[in-house]
Amino acid sequence: MTSITLRSLRKEYNGQVAIPNLDLDIHDGEFFTLLGPSGCGKTTLLRMIAGFNSIEAGTISFDDVVINDRSPAARNIGMVFQSYALFPQMTAAKNVAFGLQTRNIERAESIRRVEAALESVHMAHLKDRLPGEMSGGQQQRVALARALVIQPAVLLMDEPLSNLDAKLRVEMRDTIREAQREAGITTVYVTHDQEEAMAVSDRIAVMSMGVVQQVGSPAEIYRNPANRFVAEFIGKTNLIVRDLHQRDGVTTLDLGEGVSVDVTSTIAPGVSGRVQVSVRPEAVRAGGSGLQAEVVEETFLGSHSQIRARLSTGETIEFLEFSRRASLWERGEKVVLQLDTEMLTYFDAETGASIMQGAKL
Amino acid sequence: MKGPGDRFDGWTSVAVALTGGYLLLVIWPLVMVLINSFAGGGEFSLAGFEKFFSSRLYYGTLTNSILVTVCVTVLALVVAFPLAYFMTMFRIGGSRSIQMLILASMMSPPFIGAYSWILLLGNNGMITKFIEDTLGFKPPSIYGFAGIVLVLTLQLVPLIFTYLMGAWRTIDVSLLEASESMGITGWRRAVQVISPLLWPTVLAGSLLVFVRAFADFGTPMLIGQGFRTVPVLIYSSFVGEVSIDKSFAAAVSVIVIAVTLAVFLLQRYLVSRRTFSMTALRSIEPRRLPGWRGVAVHIYVYGFLTLALAPLVVVVFSSFRKTLYGQLVDGFSLDSYVDSQRDILRYVGNTFGIGITALIILVVIAVLVAYLTVRRKGALSGTLDTMTMVPYVVPGLVIGIALVTAFSQGPFMLTGTFAIMVIALAIRRLPYSVRSTTALMYQLNPSIEEAATSLGASKFRTLVRIIIPALAPGILSGAILSWVTIITELSTTLFLYNTSTQTLSLGIYAEVIRGQLGTAAALSTVLLVLTMLSLILLMKLPGGQKELRV
Ligand SMILES: Nc1ncnc2c1ncn2[C@@H]1O[C@H](COP(=O)(O)OP(=O)(O)OP(=O)(O)O)[C@@H](O)[C@H]1O
Ligand SMILES: [Mg+2]
Repeated sequence: MTSITLRSLRKEYNGQVAIPNLDLDIHDGEFFTLLGPSGCGKTTLLRMIAGFNSIEAGTISFDDVVINDRSPAARNIGMVFQSYALFPQMTAAKNVAFGLQTRNIERAESIRRVEAALESVHMAHLKDRLPGEMSGGQQQRVALARALVIQPAVLLMDEPLSNLDAKLRVEMRDTIREAQREAGITTVYVTHDQEEAMAVSDRIAVMSMGVVQQVGSPAEIYRNPANRFVAEFIGKTNLIVRDLHQRDGVTTLDLGEGVSVDVTSTIAPGVSGRVQVSVRPEAVRAGGSGLQAEVVEETFLGSHSQIRARLSTGETIEFLEFSRRASLWERGEKVVLQLDTEMLTYFDAETGASIMQGAKL
Repeated sequence: MKGPGDRFDGWTSVAVALTGGYLLLVIWPLVMVLINSFAGGGEFSLAGFEKFFSSRLYYGTLTNSILVTVCVTVLALVVAFPLAYFMTMFRIGGSRSIQMLILASMMSPPFIGAYSWILLLGNNGMITKFIEDTLGFKPPSIYGFAGIVLVLTLQLVPLIFTYLMGAWRTIDVSLLEASESMGITGWRRAVQVISPLLWPTVLAGSLLVFVRAFADFGTPMLIGQGFRTVPVLIYSSFVGEVSIDKSFAAAVSVIVIAVTLAVFLLQRYLVSRRTFSMTALRSIEPRRLPGWRGVAVHIYVYGFLTLALAPLVVVVFSSFRKTLYGQLVDGFSLDSYVDSQRDILRYVGNTFGIGITALIILVVIAVLVAYLTVRRKGALSGTLDTMTMVPYVVPGLVIGIALVTAFSQGPFMLTGTFAIMVIALAIRRLPYSVRSTTALMYQLNPSIEEAATSLGASKFRTLVRIIIPALAPGILSGAILSWVTIITELSTTLFLYNTSTQTLSLGIYAEVIRGQLGTAAALSTVLLVLTMLSLILLMKLPGGQKELRV
């Protein structure tokens, strides 16, 4: 059982800063995900934890012991790579056994553990296959078994599912989650797929340009994003700009057309002026009373449709509707949009930072 | 900023050791040649260069060499391009065997070609005699310029051919279809659309042909007669047919290196300006070519094959003929083998002993250098990589001279030893082995190594248990190709051997020079059999066929 602590971590590639200054606490036994767009430094950070990347400043500790200068081989990590990285000349069983051999585990014990590890990823029947004779999903299962069998202190995975097709990805992520729970190993998982991150993680760190934007459980970062970047990156959202009005200690947000919201208790005290409002698609409903809009486009997706409408201000709002209506919306058709004001979140119009109560200003 | 290459560990010591060894065994001897070229009688002088450029007798060899090399390079391209084009585009009967045989002719010892054309068209050659007897006139002589060009062209066409075949395989059929849809077909398509894509390959292949033809010693030595090329001049001034002038030989060597280097750099420059990477999703399918054109294409392909294989057939055939005072006469016998059986055994023994030792050293060094340059990029491994390329532009004869110069006196008295033969052959092949092993290493996913490390394996264990086994098939195929070139190497070891280290190819050369044509044919046949067996072994290896084609 191991916790990971990163303090003031800095990474440069030939003088180019990839990670300026990063702090992170990853708890014991937790499934922790680094999530962010391509090039934000997820792989860089993961490889620093693994020991494959140099560290320009700061410390990495496992259980409060600084391990900056420990070689990857001495860190007791298990690693799963995007490209599987199975040893091509070894069978599945030999691949899994390799880490046990380097640890001088006795033969009978080793065989037993290899079988158990392959069993846990449902690969026992293919143990004598070479990597070249296995599908991508099967190879990744073996790679997972190989990383788990050594009972590492920390399991590190860099986009392990991105070479697999959509269906297999869902199946594999369940396998990964199961195996991790069973073993209780502290896991750091890298992905750029927010749905995948939400599905498997205990907590997620959303990164952008080498900086951690927010750390929290999937629900926390979805419901209460720390800034506009997180709101847009996690799930879909519509951003509209509105003004706050203060009168007699009551703060109201004027959504237009006579619709206004009392935000006194939701917005941090002392904020005024222009704000950005994040309207999640599920906070919008067609019908009832609310904002006037005009349908621009409907995309029929089977169980539901995705509808894009234009407000009288010119801003577009996208929302979802279950396929109950007999006919599709026509282009140009008038529609009234009712917003669930409970679900709105607010950001500073300039900085994009959250101005919700309780948000770190 | 510390890169992974700058970390100090076991690999750093390996890099330092390799660099040191290379400086001592390759760079220092070559520097000695350079110094000698500027030192006449103990002080600085340009006498060697002055001598070279003052007499037509000497500088004429340079123009001769350039003339031969340019003719051979152009001719080889002109012959090889249609050959590769036909083999790719059209279905040719026995296509696989043809490729195999063309390769075999490329792998056969270079000077055997020259020698067997003498057997065919020389003063006493089979065809010469036949024409004289039946038609009553003397056919044109094989000796001199034309003979050299003929032999070298036939020898080097397969080289460019294999390069071109490799490149054709990267061209996606959709490119051909696209140009066809625009109304560009046939030869216009080959010239306008395809040749630009093949350009980098053509340049790389031409460079190799140029370097080989320019540095070739055996062919002009055997059939050049009055027509002398630079390597022949270096040889004769070094062993002193007339008078020994080592500083002159050194000066000529420096000139040769300068020319080769210039061509090498030019090729690099040209290639760097146009590179594109292609991979074919769908390679070109050869189609049947009906009518007279199909016949013509077959005649072309088989015609070339006949010419390329003729020397090999002639040599084997001659080895079973009767001889009288070394000359071949009518009738058949096994005398050539029986009479020289003790020599044959000695040569074969030396060839295996020296060849295999050189091969092992070669493979080990190539793996280490390739690992360092691919995985541990840094100043030191960069230098090492560049240094291993040096012998590429140095003709074998000059490597030999350099080693003799550096190791014939003082603390490193090595001339005539087993060690110097091994060193020379390893140095000669190193650029090629390092290139091919580096290419293999680049294909190995770096994550594989990291995976081993993350599982707790040490660097050494990772190398021995993971990297080498993963690359083993490629390394083995490469080693067999190196083996073939090692056993057929002549010029590098020409100054370094004595009777106890004489190899097959050196034995053949000595017998030809002594006029013992029967014995030479028998030895050549043995060498050819060895070569063929090696190639067959290569074909049998998993993935070996791929290796052969590239
Ligand atoms: N070896 C390297 N040398 C120089 N720059 C690098 C190197 N590796 C990564 N970078 C740079 O560091 C930044 C972070 O890269 P990193 O690979 O960590 O991104 P990532 O978040 O994993 O992206 P992706 O989702 O595309 O894998 C990028 O700007 C990248 O260009
Ligand atoms: Mg990445």
